[in-house]
Amino acid sequence: MSIELGHFALILAFAIAVVSTVGGYTFWRSGQRIALVLSQGAVLQFVLVAVAFAALIQAFIASDFSLLLAASNSHSLKPLIFKISGVWGNHEGSMVLWIFILVAFGAMVAAFGRRLPGDLLALVLATQSLLTAAFAGFTLFTSNPFARLIPAPIEGNDLNPVLQDIGLAIHPPLLYAGYVGFSICFSFAIAALISGRIDQAWARWVRPWAMLSWTFLTLGIAMGSYWAYYELGWGGWWFWDPVENASFMPWLAGTALLHSALVMEKRNALKIWTIFLSIITFSLSLLGTFLVRSGILTSVHTFASDPTRGLVILALLALVIGGAFFLFAMRASTLRQGGLFAPVSREGALIINNLFLATAVGAVLVGTLYPLLLDALVGTSISVGAPFFNLTFGALMAPLLLVLPFGPLLAWKRADVVGAAQRLIGAAALAIFCTILISALGGVSISLAPLGLLLGFWVAFGAFAELVERSRIGRMPLGESIRRLVGLPRTVWSTALAHFGMGVTVLGIVATTAWETELVTTLNPGETAELSGYTIDFDSFGQQPGPNYMADEARFTITAPGGSTRQTLADRRTYVATGMPTTEAAIETYGFSQLYLQLGEPLNDTHVVRIWHKPYITLIWFGAILMALAGVISLTDRRVRVGAPRRAAKLASEPA
Amino acid sequence: MSRLRALVLAMGLLASGATMAVSPDEVLSDPALESRARAISEGLRCLVCQNQSIDDSDADLARDLRVLVRERLVAGDSDEAVRQFLVDRYGEFVLLNPRVNNHTLLLWIAAPTLLGGGLATLWLLGRRRRREDDVVLSAEERAALDSLEETPGA
Repeated sequence: MSIELGHFALILAFAIAVVSTVGGYTFWRSGQRIALVLSQGAVLQFVLVAVAFAALIQAFIASDFSLLLAASNSHSLKPLIFKISGVWGNHEGSMVLWIFILVAFGAMVAAFGRRLPGDLLALVLATQSLLTAAFAGFTLFTSNPFARLIPAPIEGNDLNPVLQDIGLAIHPPLLYAGYVGFSICFSFAIAALISGRIDQAWARWVRPWAMLSWTFLTLGIAMGSYWAYYELGWGGWWFWDPVENASFMPWLAGTALLHSALVMEKRNALKIWTIFLSIITFSLSLLGTFLVRSGILTSVHTFASDPTRGLVILALLALVIGGAFFLFAMRASTLRQGGLFAPVSREGALIINNLFLATAVGAVLVGTLYPLLLDALVGTSISVGAPFFNLTFGALMAPLLLVLPFGPLLAWKRADVVGAAQRLIGAAALAIFCTILISALGGVSISLAPLGLLLGFWVAFGAFAELVERSRIGRMPLGESIRRLVGLPRTVWSTALAHFGMGVTVLGIVATTAWETELVTTLNPGETAELSGYTIDFDSFGQQPGPNYMADEARFTITAPGGSTRQTLADRRTYVATGMPTTEAAIETYGFSQLYLQLGEPLNDTHVVRIWHKPYITLIWFGAILMALAGVISLTDRRVRVGAPRRAAKLASEPA
Repeated sequence: MSRLRALVLAMGLLASGATMAVSPDEVLSDPALESRARAISEGLRCLVCQNQSIDDSDADLARDLRVLVRERLVAGDSDEAVRQFLVDRYGEFVLLNPRVNNHTLLLWIAAPTLLGGGLATLWLLGRRRRREDDVVLSAEERAALDSLEETPGA
């Protein structure tokens, strides 16, 4: 019964979305009145999709296998958390989650957007409704999650064991919140193009939404990376898999958008470009959805391959993106560029940022699609893998990171690059010192590692230069400096923290790439292995049943170089329902480094054990978390609240 | 991913049913050859997997290819000869880092072209703007500037 209720709710939400779209685009000129109606429509869509989503969750929790989706993807013995996360561990359910987040953002705009001009709000909500209608329609007509199965089976088919992990509960919702959040920027761009309201105020309204989405996307990607790292069993944390690229491109474009919207907000420049980025960022999210959902790519993310769905999503994609760019082409020529500036200025620096980020998006996009297109057009199969992306992307990021610390120190309009360089001398000296120290301690190699470290430290220390400068540390009594530091606008802190996080991530990547050590060996219980100063004793081996799997467990005692010991457990599971095996690595964290143990297959009565020492690897994700934290801090700044900004009290009126 | 792996021990065991990524029984006794084998393996695609290198994959085919790579190296092939041997058998698809040829030229020049194009566009826009810059501010720009100075926090 509740299944049908959910189905009905989704159909109703679809209908309301269609009406809102048509009504909104027809009557947007009547301003507040239609905006009010559409706001109620947005909230209603949210409530209805929430009901539909809840109905699915309820069926999964109750193991109601008369629901085809539950029968195909769930199992009564699965722990509760995986029953719930299993709702979106498949194509149909993940589409419902997508729509749920879409309407949640729509409702948020309706709730926070009261101060927006009525016509703009109406157009934003109409565009959101258009997206909801498109995706709800797609879900209802090509991938109905509420299909029943008669007779209902006694037991379900269970979820892919790789997905039975806390990662599935966290990674997709965060990632989708990021992807879908950029739909708000897209809708604002469409609304701006139709209504002609393309000005600084527009950028001010859009930037918090971009920041919020970017924060989610950052966390989502980092979480996905960590999940792949611990689950897939060989300790890789980024594979340049097309699906990863699909999530990374919106992140790069979104990062560019955050920076260009800043220029538009403060200086009324880069207007065409910012609108373009708003459209492109969400288009890349849609492209990601298409690549993943269409079955064009085979990967762990592709739950089902069905050509019809692929074609429908492609058509949706073409319609939405094509329509947006048509509008863009119509309007762009009428836009006048405001805000003049010299090449060396804050604006100039942000343009360099955008140039490199946009090129990186292009490079990743070409690398991801090239094999598909070449195969389709010429019939030649090639692979474009990690080595290509590492080279191309690395070559683009190195110069960007090199100039990054200068950006926040340059003044708007016209800046003094020598002055900025002087203020960075301290950071540069510190970076060189740290790099030399580490290289000396670790033994100098002829690889690129020291240069990478230097870059990482440079970005990390350079991030604080603006804080040091503005608080006049060293040039004032300490108390006064601290008072100034506390009084700085939060956006200044946010910028510093985000850039620092970037540096931290770079350091983690460089350290683990350059100094990772690995040992592949065979061990019997009682035997000992050694790696990078750690002693690993293989204590025992046994079999242990889990809730829905059988596990081969290996227990180890690790003795760290300092003498402390820890017990740990690595296992290899075979899931009862599917017979599929997974490995659960034992990961022990020492400081920022990790020791990663994986139990391999038995080999001639012994056990293959793989051990990696991954120095400073956790910095990769710590950096990402710092970046996300910076996003949150920025959002709490009174001047960049989500929704229309209220007239801030005349406080701290400095450029940020 | 690193090429600095030092501690890869040769166990000299015979092949058995092991199916995980690099098994001790595959490892060559000569550390120099083994590290070359690892480096080559990282650039070769496991043809039946999802975008994994044969060095990372636990598929049987990946294992066969790893063994094949090591056999060729032991037979005295250069790194490039080993890659060519696999390309002859499986096509360019096996290489994770595509070679520069007619088919991949566009791929390889894409990023430099984009960057160059972007720089050229910026330069042209800047030049055009500088010309306009000689003129005094338009009324619209003047107004924009004024409103900017009034906006709190801008």
